[in-house]
Amino acid sequence: MAKYLLLKHYRGAPAPVHDVPMDQWTPEEVDAHMQFMRDFASRLEGTGEFVDGQALSPDGMWVRSDSEGGLPMTDGPFAEAKDLIAGWMIIDVDSQDRAIELAGELSSAPGAGGRPIHEWLEVRPFLSAPLAVTE
Amino acid sequence: MIDTADADAPLLRALAPEVLGVLVRRGADFATAEDAVQEAIVKALGAWRRTQPDDPKGWLITTAWRSFLDVTRAESTRQGRELRVASAPPAGDVSGADDTLELYFRCAHPALSTASAVALTLRAVGGLTTRQIAQAYLVPEATMAQRISRAKRALVDVRFDQPGDLTAVMHVLYLMFNEGYSGHIDLASEAIRLARGLADASDDPEVAGLIALMLLHHARRAARTTPGGSLVPLAEQDRGVWDVSLITEGVAILRVALARDHLGPYQAQAAIAALHADAPSVAETDWVQIVEWYDELLRLADHPVVRLNRAVAVCEADGAPAGLVALAQVDDVVPRRSAVAAYLHERNGDLRTAARLYTEAARDAPNIPERNHQTRQAARINQLLRNP
Repeated sequence: MAKYLLLKHYRGAPAPVHDVPMDQWTPEEVDAHMQFMRDFASRLEGTGEFVDGQALSPDGMWVRSDSEGGLPMTDGPFAEAKDLIAGWMIIDVDSQDRAIELAGELSSAPGAGGRPIHEWLEVRPFLSAPLAVTE
Repeated sequence: MIDTADADAPLLRALAPEVLGVLVRRGADFATAEDAVQEAIVKALGAWRRTQPDDPKGWLITTAWRSFLDVTRAESTRQGRELRVASAPPAGDVSGADDTLELYFRCAHPALSTASAVALTLRAVGGLTTRQIAQAYLVPEATMAQRISRAKRALVDVRFDQPGDLTAVMHVLYLMFNEGYSGHIDLASEAIRLARGLADASDDPEVAGLIALMLLHHARRAARTTPGGSLVPLAEQDRGVWDVSLITEGVAILRVALARDHLGPYQAQAAIAALHADAPSVAETDWVQIVEWYDELLRLADHPVVRLNRAVAVCEADGAPAGLVALAQVDDVVPRRSAVAAYLHERNGDLRTAARLYTEAARDAPNIPERNHQTRQAARINQLLRNP
């Protein structure tokens, strides 16, 4: 099994095919989208492939240490141009093909007019722990 | 996996603080005794599954005491026979209620961070296992174990000769209640149980007010979310689903507390919840009296969140323009301000502003159900604007 991170972006990903802001959908379309996301996660729990899913607030900042003993420096909120992660799902699957298949399904969540959004998701394999058998 | 579905769990949780009280009275130091009780609980969850002992409390005391002695012996060998029982409070003729109250005070001691205080209360008074508490807060068990042992270390040098801080205890229980339900452990029910335990040990009317507040909010729980997990605001809740027995009990407890004429913020909040519980619909709610209670609450503790909620009540009592005037006195950075502003502007007929503010509220929402709810509100208003 191999773990993959499916990353959803608020900003910075290529534009989705059906790029309509969510507040311009109908309430029923919003509900259908939420239901799709819930069903997707519970189906992966059922297949034993779900690890974790979290959403991030769009608020945030850069932080780095400053002079010795001083308070850390902060920079933020993020500029509009910044790539901004919205959330992630971690899956544990048999193959990269399966990871791509699942990311494709997640990307087809319904949006405005009930059509699939076809948004771009970033798929990143985890670096794994060293193997016990090395030769 | 250990969870609350275990038939023995409620009994174990009820006995936990009593057993801990016994160990401490016998001279055990709090931190070691607490570990020993926890170990006994974990053993009981395994052993009692086959047969429950005839005297469960005696079984727990014996098991916990043995475990305490084992640890103390090992430590005294290591540390040159320096028994640490010297730091324990003196044994004396104190009642069980005083013991319990002392435990609550200790676990909510101001030397602890709130997160630590809540975790320690759940374990030492609530009798939950570290694993259960970790599950409730969605952190690894090792992390929660560290949080609890750090909390106990922080208490080592604290002197317990001052009167305990009841307000701190109530705040811990209030926060526990607000965490609600996540995963295997129902923290809201646990908070109610612990608040009842606190009321057995303290007759402060604010403790009664806190229980009433919890019961009245707990009564609405089934109506608060859809089966899919979406939020249902008070105005749209199916009041037929509200738990009448919890409401009746909450109102009765509140009435007795208020009659003692020693008002505090929990009683005032419970009074507001009781007025909602009493109303067949939003339209038939006694909003004028609710505004009066908010004014009372502001006199007791001027808090921006109270001002924010008051603005909604003022809108219902005196109309949207008055609500907006009340909102103008609320600081811009208060959480959920944009959500309330959106609602007031919608009620005032300004749909464009409402739509913009609902979108802003969705962006600023602190959790996913609220974000989804505000997004849906924005979508609803935008739909109205498209098809007037």
